[in-house]
Amino acid sequence: MDTLLEMKNIKKYFGEVKANDGIDLDIQRGEIHAILGENGAGKTTLMNILYGLYHPDQGEILIKGEEVQISNPKVALHLGIGMVHQHFMLVPPFTVAENISIGLEGQKLYKLDLVDIEDRVRELSQKYGLEVDPKAKVSQLSVGVQQRVEIIKVLYRGAEILVLDEPTAVLTPQEVKELFIVLKNFVVDGGTVIFISHKLKEIMEITDRVTVLRNGTKISTVHTKDTSEKELARMMVGKEVLLKYEKVETKKFEKVLSLKDVYCKNVKGLSAVNGVSFDVYGGEILGIAGVDGNGQKELADVISGINEIDSGEISLNGQNLNELSPYERICIGLGYVPDDRRGVGLLTPFSISMNLAIKHISQQPYKKYGLLNHAYIEQNAKEIIAEYQVKTPSGQVPVSNLSGGNQQKVLLAREISCQPQALVISQPTRGLDIGAMEFIHKTLFRKKSDGTAILLISSDLDEILEVSDRVLVIYEGTIMGEFIPGLIPIEEIGLMMAGVVKKER
Amino acid sequence: MEIPSEVRKLAIAAVPPIVAIVLAFLLGSILIFAVGVSPIVAYRSMLDGAFGNIKSFTEVLVKMYPLLLAGLGISIAFTAGAISVGAEGQILMGGLATAFVGTYLGFLPAPLLIPISIMAGFLAGAVWGIIPGYLFAKKGLSVVINTIMLNYIAHYLVNFFINGPFKEPGGYYPQSPRISENAYWPSIIPGTRLHIGIFVALVAVICVYILMKHTPLGVKISSVGVNQKASRYMGIKVEKMIIIALAFSGGLAGIAGAGEIAGIHHRVLSGFSSNYGWDAIAVALLGKLHPFGIVLSALFWAALRVGANNMQRVTQIPVSLVVTIQALTIFFVLISEMWQHKGKLASVTHTFLKRKSIS
Repeated sequence: MDTLLEMKNIKKYFGEVKANDGIDLDIQRGEIHAILGENGAGKTTLMNILYGLYHPDQGEILIKGEEVQISNPKVALHLGIGMVHQHFMLVPPFTVAENISIGLEGQKLYKLDLVDIEDRVRELSQKYGLEVDPKAKVSQLSVGVQQRVEIIKVLYRGAEILVLDEPTAVLTPQEVKELFIVLKNFVVDGGTVIFISHKLKEIMEITDRVTVLRNGTKISTVHTKDTSEKELARMMVGKEVLLKYEKVETKKFEKVLSLKDVYCKNVKGLSAVNGVSFDVYGGEILGIAGVDGNGQKELADVISGINEIDSGEISLNGQNLNELSPYERICIGLGYVPDDRRGVGLLTPFSISMNLAIKHISQQPYKKYGLLNHAYIEQNAKEIIAEYQVKTPSGQVPVSNLSGGNQQKVLLAREISCQPQALVISQPTRGLDIGAMEFIHKTLFRKKSDGTAILLISSDLDEILEVSDRVLVIYEGTIMGEFIPGLIPIEEIGLMMAGVVKKER
Repeated sequence: MEIPSEVRKLAIAAVPPIVAIVLAFLLGSILIFAVGVSPIVAYRSMLDGAFGNIKSFTEVLVKMYPLLLAGLGISIAFTAGAISVGAEGQILMGGLATAFVGTYLGFLPAPLLIPISIMAGFLAGAVWGIIPGYLFAKKGLSVVINTIMLNYIAHYLVNFFINGPFKEPGGYYPQSPRISENAYWPSIIPGTRLHIGIFVALVAVICVYILMKHTPLGVKISSVGVNQKASRYMGIKVEKMIIIALAFSGGLAGIAGAGEIAGIHHRVLSGFSSNYGWDAIAVALLGKLHPFGIVLSALFWAALRVGANNMQRVTQIPVSLVVTIQALTIFFVLISEMWQHKGKLASVTHTFLKRKSIS
């Protein structure tokens, strides 16, 4: 092996924040190299520097021993570096070939030669096992296939180094396996892969070496075969972490939240939830597993009343919710932590105190003589900040100044402070570091012991399996099956998530 | 308890508009210099014209009155995320209603009639705000477009009345009959045009401050302006809040119109508002949508208007130079807004212009 790429002493500051503080990285030709770190560790910043999206404040990049200036992604592509972002950058109404043609050099001005492109796409997909129909419209492809299109897009441009930013976040276990096969084929063919992730299992499975980042600095680079999940986790967070929880057994209470044959549409007017029925009991956490975009968001929204229900019935303690507004549902004991905490859950320019108060702002004691009771609002915030260990100098700080984990704590605290009988919580730990994750999960366990009925919707299967008492798998808006975590093999779950019905198998 | 931080926040917020004003005057001085006049002389004459004697200062306050009220109104609409440019029409409607009341209820005693005239102005303006609010809330129609169109409707409605059913009997000019003296808003300093309206406006400043910063309703209105989706999820009735905000917004502009009629003209004339409704948008932006900021920016804007006339008399520099300075001020305020948001144009357009879902 020889050194293909070197990044030396890379520094990148955003104001006061040291995103990258003197990071060294070396990538050998033909390896799969993981960049591991919590959110905010500087992984994506480092890769964006490599791809020419950011310019480092200091440091140099060497490719095959020669110093290069990567001023924009075009230069990066010329140097053989291709990046697949977490969020795909495809034009949905265009075909695969058309998407690949965008920005391609050497195209004629007046005529698009799609036939050539289609042929090359077929060639590439055969070579690496990337099954894609070049004539298919991107909008009709599943997320996993869209990712393949992104990979083909960079391979088409002759990338030798493939940078993947959290590629498995949106995939089913099967799709992850397929992706790994592709990556291995690519490496065998002389390619090199940089793989950004915080999923330890995957890193152990596929990579040759791992570079661990924490708080913008490099902790270490190790050979995967010489390390363990535990050691990596320790390097990543700086302390031993509990990745497993003691399951808290609680006595089951009455049925609290109940859905009967619920149908609803998504924002585009297409059916998103198709006849879902389940009950959530007090004192249990019911998990909804599934790949992103299979109706989870709409399911949560229809329960909270943001989405309209088409047919079926939703009830809380026997009371029909169908006709109630979101506010009325809050009043009778429904809490909802939406997945989009910055866009929906919180008013980011408002202070922490106001965010904690706003749901009850028109009620005593938040209001006194018709005016806001600032003293109470601040006091209330102070207590919650202390109880939930929100890192902030005061309650008057705007929520936008908080980190993701602390924002989530504020949101969760507000929903729980309403003393809900049922809590619907959607993607509660997405983008959070392990410390915050643990805190959120423990809070859920605490509420469960209090007898709250919790519906946990998450596309992080590990989280679902660790936290839930019972799990339903959702696929294209229907429930594929139910299981108790630990009692069935993970492959079985994966198949359900991929929409394979039992009798078809 | 939180007063120090509140004061500090206000002080920080005041920096960009002040810098903007200074820069605008510096650029203006280049223009003045270019036409061969000393900028110092020109600005001196402007300052004299606005604050030189008690008479000119009362004139500043007279012009400040409608700018302040309409600016306050606009700040409420903008805070709710509704880009209303309807103040001009709301002023006209408020004035028209006040003239009706002052003419047909003229037999009532002044202590009764004056409050009624304020109410009439408020209600007429509020109706002119509720219409675009309702159309947006129920039909999703653009607030910008509808408020512009309602300005025209108000303009022609006023002209229709003063040329037809509400024309002064036996009069030659297109104007309404003189309102009853019982409806006159008393003047504060005899011999000047300064009327009690300025106190009405200052009371309105306090009311708007309390409404927006210290009541649940104000919090909900701001919340809708910040994020409609999040507000809806938190149980706030978004449509209702926008209609309420536009009602207050129009009502305040309507009171501005009431004062123009009952305090100054005492009858409806064509175009009695002289574009106060449009200038009020600039006043609201320069005042950073904060009630106290708007007091200062309205004073500044009115002083420019009054001072410009004196400058023209003394130096022969046309009044339009002042319009240039006003435009530059707004321009620099927008730029400073952009800096504060770390160069993100999107945030600026969001703050001031876009609010896409509504406008």
